[in-house]
Amino acid sequence: MTEYDSGARASRDLIVIENLVREYQVGGQTIRALDGVTLTIQHGEFVAIMGPSGSGKSTMMNMIGCLDTPTAGRYCLDGFDVAHLSEDDLAMLRNQKIGFVFQSFNLLPRTTALENVELPMMYLGVPSKIRKQRALEALQRVGLAERVYNRPNELSGGQQQRVAIARALVNNPVLILADEPTGALDSRTTEDILNLFEELHAQGNTIVLVTHEDEVGRHAKRIVRFRDGRVELDTGAQRKVGVPKHVD
Amino acid sequence: MWIEIMRVAWRSVRANKMRSFLTMLGIIIGVMAVVLSSAIGLSAKAGVTKQVENLGTNVLTVMPGSASSGGISRGFGSASTLTTSDATAIAEQDPDVQYVAPLVSSDQQVVYGTNNTNTAIEGTNAEYPDIKNLTMAEGRFFLESEVNSAANVAVLGSQVEETLFSGERVNPVGQTIDIGGIPFTVVGVAASQGTSGFSNQDDAIAIPITTAMNLFTGSDTVNQILVSAKSQDVMDQAQLEVESTLRVQHQLSAATADDFQISNQATILNTLSGVDRILTLLLDGISAISLLVGGIGIMNIMLVSVTERTREIGIRKAIGAKRSVISMQFLLESLMLSVSGAIVGLILSSIGTEIVSKLTQDGNLLSPVAVGASMGFSVAIGLIFGVYPARKAANLKPIDALRFE
Ligand SMILES: Nc1ncnc2c1ncn2[C@@H]1O[C@H](COP(=O)(O)OP(=O)(O)OP(=O)(O)O)[C@@H](O)[C@H]1O
Ligand SMILES: [Mg+2]
Repeated sequence: MTEYDSGARASRDLIVIENLVREYQVGGQTIRALDGVTLTIQHGEFVAIMGPSGSGKSTMMNMIGCLDTPTAGRYCLDGFDVAHLSEDDLAMLRNQKIGFVFQSFNLLPRTTALENVELPMMYLGVPSKIRKQRALEALQRVGLAERVYNRPNELSGGQQQRVAIARALVNNPVLILADEPTGALDSRTTEDILNLFEELHAQGNTIVLVTHEDEVGRHAKRIVRFRDGRVELDTGAQRKVGVPKHVD
Repeated sequence: MWIEIMRVAWRSVRANKMRSFLTMLGIIIGVMAVVLSSAIGLSAKAGVTKQVENLGTNVLTVMPGSASSGGISRGFGSASTLTTSDATAIAEQDPDVQYVAPLVSSDQQVVYGTNNTNTAIEGTNAEYPDIKNLTMAEGRFFLESEVNSAANVAVLGSQVEETLFSGERVNPVGQTIDIGGIPFTVVGVAASQGTSGFSNQDDAIAIPITTAMNLFTGSDTVNQILVSAKSQDVMDQAQLEVESTLRVQHQLSAATADDFQISNQATILNTLSGVDRILTLLLDGISAISLLVGGIGIMNIMLVSVTERTREIGIRKAIGAKRSVISMQFLLESLMLSVSGAIVGLILSSIGTEIVSKLTQDGNLLSPVAVGASMGFSVAIGLIFGVYPARKAANLKPIDALRFE
């Protein structure tokens, strides 16, 4: 088992993407979902990826999350060039460095909230006692201490998403990825979840979030706007002007 | 972590109870076939042993005719080459022979009062009960003097007694019955002997051989001669003596084959266990096919399960499950199906064999070899037929699995 522990890494760059291309073959036709994306995200940022439907946001998130492999281009996560890693290495990388929050929650059915949150630790090999304790802490952190033994079908959408966030947090990942995490929630619940993300950001977590809604995007500190598989606008990049480049 | 993976696999087996049960059914039937086929083997063996004990382990049976003439088996008793003088010669000349009982049989109508039945009339001599280990329920067997005087006396088998005297509150001993229209005095009723080979010994009447020949067969040929050796150790000598005596009696030249057949318990046992072997083979075939079909059923359901749970696989992979973890989960599930099937099959068949062995009093019929073999076989089937679905699950790309609808 490879341990991915960045330790005292010199670089502040968490995500380095260069000329990333992802093509799909559909019925003999080639669709370029990502058409040469170059993007750098640093530790501790809160980035919202926005853009019209079909512009490649989800494809980008799957690349960042190491769930999909690029057709061309380079992607380094926390210093690891993803192209050089085996499938099992990628599984461990996802396990230890990334927490996923999906639009459709993606909790395991017929499995209690507690067990869902324990899952990433189980795959890491954490002993069951510590696992349970940490899962309970994570659930408490998202305000679900009372519903730990409920199964997903016994929870509301907002509660399910909280469980998913607890699951994303529990291995202390360096990066939390959320693809339209509030897409299936009403405005009140959306507000709750976003406050939770802001809290996590305040605690030093790096968050990359995909959204359609400007309301949601406003919570982020940086907005990357996609169009036709390219970065159309990057507020972070603009802000970077005048900031001295970090040299190690 | 492995305990959790087992729990997950078990939960999935239990989540679809009916489906899991139906999937297991193939294995259940296969395991039951394995265990029951070995039980039938054991029971047949026990049955044969019991009959051999009934008959006495030192008995030779002489039948007329050869096993094969001109390459074609004519079967036992198809020629009439044995006579009462052969029996007398064996009794007089062969030192290792203890008792000799010639046997003639014919089917006759038997009547007592308003009851009647058609049964086998066995003509024999007074040594017959000694050879057959026959015990009397009532009265006595007929005496040598009655054989010599061709008396009209009869000893009833227990079943014949029941048929003829049902509803009659009389002691059969001393009563007169009609055999083939001729009156006989019942002198005794034999205790139940059970079936021997393919004939029911309780459904027969023994009368003096002389009487039988006078009244029913009209010749001095006999159907068979039962011979008992002095002890089990001299069986082979006794058999050789009987053979040479009969060859002299029948004036066979050295070049001629025997015109009679001598079989001992070993040969009878062989014939019986040959039948039993075919049966066992048949059942083994059925169990092998059933287990194979059961395995295919498991593979089928596992493939369905992998497809159904593609999304779950995607979630697990996204969260960090390695290929080995995913494949182990599905392999364990398939193992659980096959092993649970085997356990259910073993429980059912042990209940079955328990009941049968209680009824037949054949002792324990659950063979440890069959239990071990069927268990081992089921584990192997669970593994073999689980590998492909498990690999299929492990090979799914995380993003494809997550996007699966
Ligand atoms: N598995 C796939 N096979 C073929 N084409 C795909 C696949 N996934 C995405 N695409 C195509 O890639 C392009 C980008 O899709 P993507 O899902 O990244 O868009 P998006 O920005 O997330 O859109 P939305 O806001 O609607 O979620 C689309 O044209 C889409 O049709
Ligand atoms: Mg999308």
